[in-house]
Amino acid sequence: MDDLDARPGPAPIGPRRRHDPQLDSQGNLKHFLTIDGLERPLLTEILDRAEGFLGVARQAVKKVPLCRGKIVANLFFENSTRTRTTFELAAKRLSADVLNLNISTSATAKGETLLDTLRNLEAMHVDMFVVRHAESGAAHFIAAHAAPHVSVINAGDGRHSHPTQGMLDMFTIRRHKGSIDGLVVAIVGDVLHSRVARSQISALRTLGAGEVRIIAPRTLVPAGAEDALGVRVYHDLREGVRDADVIIMLRLQRERMDGAFLPSEHEYFHLFGLTEKRLATAKPDAIVMHPGPINRGVEMDSQVADGERSVILEQVSNGLAVRMAVMSMCIGTQHLGAQQEAGHD
Amino acid sequence: MTEPVAMTLRGGRVVDPSSGLDRITDVHIEAGVIVGIGPAPDGFAPERSINAEGLIVCPGLVDLCARLRQPGQEHKATIASETRAAAASGVTTLCCPPDTLPPVDTPAVAQLIMQTAEERRLARVLPAGALTQGLDGTQITEMAALQRAGCPVMSNADRPIRNTRVQRRALEYAATYGLTIFLHPADSYLGEGGLVHEGLVSTRMGLPGIPQAAETVAVARDLALAEQTGARIHFRGLSTARATEMLAEARGRGVPVTADVAAHQLFLTEDDLIGFDANAHVVPPLRTAVDRAGLRAAVAQGVISAICSDHQPHEADAKLDPLPQTEPGISALETLLPLALQLVREGVLDLPAALACMTCHPADILGRAVGRLGVGATADITVFDPNETWVPSAQTLVSRGLNTPFIGTEMQGRVRYTLLAGRVVFRRGG
Repeated sequence: MDDLDARPGPAPIGPRRRHDPQLDSQGNLKHFLTIDGLERPLLTEILDRAEGFLGVARQAVKKVPLCRGKIVANLFFENSTRTRTTFELAAKRLSADVLNLNISTSATAKGETLLDTLRNLEAMHVDMFVVRHAESGAAHFIAAHAAPHVSVINAGDGRHSHPTQGMLDMFTIRRHKGSIDGLVVAIVGDVLHSRVARSQISALRTLGAGEVRIIAPRTLVPAGAEDALGVRVYHDLREGVRDADVIIMLRLQRERMDGAFLPSEHEYFHLFGLTEKRLATAKPDAIVMHPGPINRGVEMDSQVADGERSVILEQVSNGLAVRMAVMSMCIGTQHLGAQQEAGHD
Repeated sequence: MTEPVAMTLRGGRVVDPSSGLDRITDVHIEAGVIVGIGPAPDGFAPERSINAEGLIVCPGLVDLCARLRQPGQEHKATIASETRAAAASGVTTLCCPPDTLPPVDTPAVAQLIMQTAEERRLARVLPAGALTQGLDGTQITEMAALQRAGCPVMSNADRPIRNTRVQRRALEYAATYGLTIFLHPADSYLGEGGLVHEGLVSTRMGLPGIPQAAETVAVARDLALAEQTGARIHFRGLSTARATEMLAEARGRGVPVTADVAAHQLFLTEDDLIGFDANAHVVPPLRTAVDRAGLRAAVAQGVISAICSDHQPHEADAKLDPLPQTEPGISALETLLPLALQLVREGVLDLPAALACMTCHPADILGRAVGRLGVGATADITVFDPNETWVPSAQTLVSRGLNTPFIGTEMQGRVRYTLLAGRVVFRRGG
């Protein structure tokens, strides 16, 4: 007896291809959720636009009217004074109205679901959500369920992505090195838990970095990192920073000692902490970065943090320009979209 | 619901994997029992005749793991809703895990589930008894009483017993009464906080991983305990290729161990989580293409002898959150048969072997006389069109749970009739 009819069955069952949820139908930036999947010209456009905004801070009137009449809601499900402040300032310089919501202490604590919170804010005609959340994928989820006119900017989700931080780091590197092309960049520390590292790696690779290295003990290197992320893995700091143009230090959370990732801060600093001496093998003009806040004496010593190669404080001021660039691009897209729809009527 | 009447299923391709029967013939049923296959018995006067030409007639499917959510989670599904889905899926016997609220750790809960199902008369429901009280992994249950109440096997559902000494005693005690123990192999420390397979996708997406070793460490432990105690164990839902190799090795040495796999593990991989699709969030996690190939090979070689649905219906809200906060599980009863048929089309198994994984093999694991067609056997029969295509959607699915990553994916193979003890409990069209 034959087996089943040989007539063509359905296509093999497998993963479905999805449209990039960050882009509108014209390929413009609608949401900024992750750097993964975005193409080089778009990342370059963000950097170029940020360059233009850098001057705004030096004007007597530190405002441009690009987002006048728009409402931006900072939805912070996880506390972060620093990131929230720069987003707030960026929105205000674009002339938007800003709502700050500390959700961890309000709605969801009363049992309201995330979607209920969103619906309530949408009813207030919010145009953009800036979302920080402890869970990977939260910004994608919100973008997938937000009303069509709303843009979502990911201000950090779990271990997944922190794309504005990634872009401000690219901006800082570009200002010092002229271009990302061909650079050797070493990222040191807890890559496993770092959304910042994932965004940096993705941006560096898209923008043409020559080699991206990660340097950490095995417990802090994510599974299959070389294949998954396209990096080279080092377990020796001196080897890893050899001939590097850029060295990025990651923040180390105290709780890593409890999870059996590390024995002590002492041993970590002894082997992976950045000191002037250990910088000796890097390129003479190498710059040192850190997304902040720094644990002095854990990730790096003060001599490096405050030294001439450190660009850490610049990163903070560049963050403002990059966030203005991203916000104006996303809201600008909505504006165009609305005009085109009106044109069809 | 129709009462059992004398009837003939006429001209179908009758496949009974246990006896090797596979030919176009008639099946005659009277008083809920098969009274003839082929020519009608003398004096047989059917009141009803079902034209099965072009269809396949096989034993009613036996599913080793389907959650019905009752008692305790009726907002997700009920015994009524999910046995209706089972009937629509061709499943006539199903084993539900003991993780209801309260759990099946007393005969009363087991009897409540069975009686509720019997009132509906849509499928045979056999609750697995809890291995430990409250499924908390410390004190063993009154297994002999649970067995008398009708629990065919014991299980701690997907809550692994952390204490190896308790696990050993639980296996020994169950073995006293000849009970098979269903084990979900997962080392709870290694898997703690994990959401998806630890690998390329977890690394790219920044999702906490569940390493392969979470499964292999547990398989190694439980195989050692099965050898030590002589208990008969069954691994529920393997997900790694490496575990199937360990299983094959142990079976080669005569360790009394069997295993099943959820049908979706034979099709989906970690890549299905790209884009944070909460419907692909499942435990054990979807793993790599290499694991999927290993699982398929193990099914083809008979190392894994049963394919189950691992049906877990959810209400919509359970999946409406950022992926890490969603509840795991797939509503899977209705895709079980079409996915198994897809394995036949892709050359993994021939049709009788695929059906054996959903009929006589799981029946043997449960130790129940179901899953067979033969004169004198209870007439639990599924009649399906192997070629009919359909698309799972809110309109087509019968289960309360719409949480499946196969929504919108064309399936081939659809049940036309399901008979439970000679009664038609489901019919589609015509």
